[in-house]
Amino acid sequence: MIRFENIHKIYNMGENEVRALDGITLDIREKEMAAIIGQSGSGKSTCMNIIGCLDVPTEGKYYLNGRDVSDLKDDELAEIRNKTLGFIFQQYNLIPKLNVLENVELPLVYKGVLEKDRIDIAMEVLKKVGIEEKRNSMPSQLSGGQQQRVSIARALAGNPSIILADEPTGALDTKTGQEVLEFMQQLNEEGNTIILITHDMLVAEKAKRIIRISDGKIVEDSGREAAK
Amino acid sequence: MNFKQSFKLAIKSLKSSKMRAFLTMLGIIIGVASVIILVSIMNGLSKDMTSRFESMGTNTITVNVMGRGTNRALAIEEVEKMVEENPDYLDRYSPRVTASVTAKRDVNSASTTVTGVNESYDDMQSIAVTDGRFIQYIDAERRQKVCVIGTYLVQELFDGMDPVGETLKINGSAYMVIGVLEETADSEESSGDDIIYIPYTTATRLAGSATIGSYYITAVDADKIENTMAIVERTLYSVFGDEDAYRVTSMSEMIDTVNEMTNSIALVLVGIAGISLVVGGIGIMNIMLVSVTERTREIGIRKSLGAKRKDIMRQFIIEAATTSSMGGVVGILFGLGAAYVAGILMDLSVAPSWNAVFIAFSVSVAIGMIFGYFPANKAAKMNPIDALRYD
Repeated sequence: MIRFENIHKIYNMGENEVRALDGITLDIREKEMAAIIGQSGSGKSTCMNIIGCLDVPTEGKYYLNGRDVSDLKDDELAEIRNKTLGFIFQQYNLIPKLNVLENVELPLVYKGVLEKDRIDIAMEVLKKVGIEEKRNSMPSQLSGGQQQRVSIARALAGNPSIILADEPTGALDTKTGQEVLEFMQQLNEEGNTIILITHDMLVAEKAKRIIRISDGKIVEDSGREAAK
Repeated sequence: MNFKQSFKLAIKSLKSSKMRAFLTMLGIIIGVASVIILVSIMNGLSKDMTSRFESMGTNTITVNVMGRGTNRALAIEEVEKMVEENPDYLDRYSPRVTASVTAKRDVNSASTTVTGVNESYDDMQSIAVTDGRFIQYIDAERRQKVCVIGTYLVQELFDGMDPVGETLKINGSAYMVIGVLEETADSEESSGDDIIYIPYTTATRLAGSATIGSYYITAVDADKIENTMAIVERTLYSVFGDEDAYRVTSMSEMIDTVNEMTNSIALVLVGIAGISLVVGGIGIMNIMLVSVTERTREIGIRKSLGAKRKDIMRQFIIEAATTSSMGGVVGILFGLGAAYVAGILMDLSVAPSWNAVFIAFSVSVAIGMIFGYFPANKAAKMNPIDALRYD
């Protein structure tokens, strides 16, 4: 499903060359729940950006669902994000001017789904995350946990093959964070591929597979054997 | 992302900061309103002037004779012959001899203008006589001292009583009043009501010269006025052999000249008003740039969810165009209202031009799109990673 072949990402900061990713080779298969863990500056965010098709590698090949996406253009990447990926962010990243329903509809809008169908799908995923009664609320009227549920619903709305969660519990208290993680485990059991990016071992432990990144390299991968 | 959605979103973000939206629109409102006001007033003015000229007859050709050497005059027989020889083009003619005079009756006196004409003049110029009759052929033939007077003079010299059959003195000699003209301009001094018509034969004597300096000739068909003028000019050239000895003009030519003049004045004024539209556009661009920066994160979120460049582009351009077109609508309404009020206050007839309204609206939409393009492009080109991280 996700296949990294010797991925390098190099940033030129003035005269210095920063190797954010330094030769990563990685396989994540369908229905896996994997956690990418690392300290800040380890390269895990860069890794997630590339997995999420927000960025392209400097060197190496990235195959997503068998398609080489290493040198696609902006708009082609946007289309892949829209159809294949669902994002869950630490800061929820809901659009404050739009209500819950409109936020959840957004990926479908860019997919070109008709309005009537969009509402049906959005309502369905809101029901799934248990927050359908808040559909007309504005994000600012919701608690952190509720906002994160809305953002999960938004990630699910486009029916993506991969859900990418960047520190999904980072802004939540322990209890709510646990609930969110349990919900993600449930989603995984239902057959969704989930990738967690975190610096927190307690969070990473919820995943079946832990990939540890340090200095742009994979230093530990609990699932490598299983993947083979 | 379709148009309807972008439009809804634009309305939403305008509503969320009404004061800012209003101030952004203000430049466009002022620009559009001033264009509408100016066009309405200029339109009204030129309609007024046109109708004034038209009342003198669009098929009227004026011949002025300056003369050349010893051959200084155009005899009436020659005009008559020309009209008779060209029945398809020329209809009627009248000499026109004017003189400034003093008219007196008892102790009342007035300075006025005497115009010497023949019996065709009233029909040619659509002059109506309400009381008595107009100058007739026999009056001119016999050099009768008769006159037709305007309502202003009825008031000034006859204190409003019926003057027909009475006499008045023009530069000292007695004339009998045979008719009163219909009131056309509220009986004001120096207006169309401050006038005396007498037979042209009598008038040449009064004016102290034996010659007739100008003629009015009517064309059969106002649409063939140019051919008709050519015939008149040819005849005059055969008489004088010199193009500088006479001048042939037509009312429709005058109307064209006046229209051209008012149009070019209007164009200059509208051009100046148009500058404020451009300034308004820059205001929109400025606010859109601020808005793009403020919404960097939103742009990042939209991009992460799969918005393409054109989706982001469209959203911001539609927002800018919505702002400017709303400004345009407000400006149009304000401009029409102000033009109406100005018309009443300044006693002008204002004629709003629907063309101008349509153009003003289109221009304001276009300004939004043009000045929204740069900020929208900036938004569309944002890198989603940086945009998501933006606080």
